[in-house]
Amino acid sequence: MNDAIVITQRDTVFMKDVDAQSSQKVSACYQCGNCTAGCPASFVYDMQANQIMRGVQLGLKEAVLNCRSLWMCLSCSTCSLRCPNSIDVAAVMETLRHMARRQNRITVPNVEKFWHSFLDTVRVCGRTYEIGVMALYILRSLRVFTDLDLAPEVLKKNKLPFMPHVVQNGGAAAIGRIMRRYKERAEREGVRP
Amino acid sequence: MKTTVAYYPGCSAHGFSVDYEKSTQAVCGALGIRLNDIPDWNCCGSTPAHAVDTELSAALCVRNLDNAVKADANELLTPCPSCLSNLRHAAKRMEDPRFRARVDELLDNPAPAVFPEVISVMQGIARRFDANALAERVKKPLKPLRLATYYGCLMSRPAEIMDFGDPENPTLMESMLTACGAEVVDFPLKTVCCGASFGIPERAVTARLSGRILALAADMRADALVVACPLCQMNLDLRQKQAEHAADAIFAMPVLYFTQAMGLALGVPPGRLGIEKLRVNANGLIDKIEAAASGSTAPVEGSRP
Repeated sequence: MNDAIVITQRDTVFMKDVDAQSSQKVSACYQCGNCTAGCPASFVYDMQANQIMRGVQLGLKEAVLNCRSLWMCLSCSTCSLRCPNSIDVAAVMETLRHMARRQNRITVPNVEKFWHSFLDTVRVCGRTYEIGVMALYILRSLRVFTDLDLAPEVLKKNKLPFMPHVVQNGGAAAIGRIMRRYKERAEREGVRP
Repeated sequence: MKTTVAYYPGCSAHGFSVDYEKSTQAVCGALGIRLNDIPDWNCCGSTPAHAVDTELSAALCVRNLDNAVKADANELLTPCPSCLSNLRHAAKRMEDPRFRARVDELLDNPAPAVFPEVISVMQGIARRFDANALAERVKKPLKPLRLATYYGCLMSRPAEIMDFGDPENPTLMESMLTACGAEVVDFPLKTVCCGASFGIPERAVTARLSGRILALAADMRADALVVACPLCQMNLDLRQKQAEHAADAIFAMPVLYFTQAMGLALGVPPGRLGIEKLRVNANGLIDKIEAAASGSTAPVEGSRP
């Protein structure tokens, strides 16, 4: 990261795009490292939060948008709170994740598969349907043994209803329409929905 | 202005946090706070929606806010910090006309100009009952219990959106539990992340982060962790064995919703608080409270499971 940077790999408008989409000023970062020091997910990051901020400043678009950290961010926003320059680092991370997704850069596919499984049940029922989320996630990820160890407890405590709670009075269909319009617009704009 | 309250239970209220819902209803019932559901409410989109797209997330939230407005509500209570965060973020982002226009495109009809204020059930109770008012209503003091409070990330952060006191050291739950008679420890990890929604796709992350919280609560000799978030509760309670396995330790730490702890203090029967739904058995805590309330001085040895 700190090694010599190949000038031709720098994207000079990248920081401007990130600033505009996140309403932040990434150039204000002076690398104090508070964001990284407080990050609970740093132990699974390939690029630390402060390195990502520096990467944005330097226009290292490829490195930043392909990094695993964007997907492992827990959105706890401890980084934003502790930034001495009041940069909402979590908002920058979310913006970068949105940018990466729109360009089909999915570095940690299972995380995205979980999100889609969740949103699929909302699209159909208008509300989350937990067993449906699990079933769809297992199908997508082929991780057949996901949380199998929890099944006996969950069944014993009767915590998960087998039937989905569908929003009544046309509510589920209204959510289906919101999701459809979102998908159609994303396709129109040429980005991953 | 008269306050008309609407209630947004959130999806988990009908799923894995049915005990939170039950105890919220019981406590609000005991305090005379009426909770009328927003008609035909839908999912707020939770983490997956805003992780994918903030406009989609806002559209899902705004439909709920719109239904609350149609029900004449000017205050919206929700027990779940994730729902609270999404609803408050959506209302804030809708102040930007360009954002609002993009969200309106996704909705059946344009969003209303003004939204009701969205606050947590915890704040809703605190607004109506200060510590003294709560203490007056306590029937079975939590005196024998040493509790650690855990808020998670979303209740207090980002500070400018959530407006929940100090974003790294909120103290509302402590005030309420102290009013209920409990001894509350000063818990340093109270707003440090439990691993959130990574329990399914990245289990090791959640097991490690939750394990740290449970280990500290055990080290501080807390009888239980008290939480306000369905996802935190699931990570700390239902997934406690996964955290124990990762940490190679036994915690056996009961994890109660704050409404369950308050309910016990207000004299609500445990059966109406969903205590039996907790994976880590909390009956030992009830025995201690009962023993203290009946004036028994007999030691309650080995009551922790």
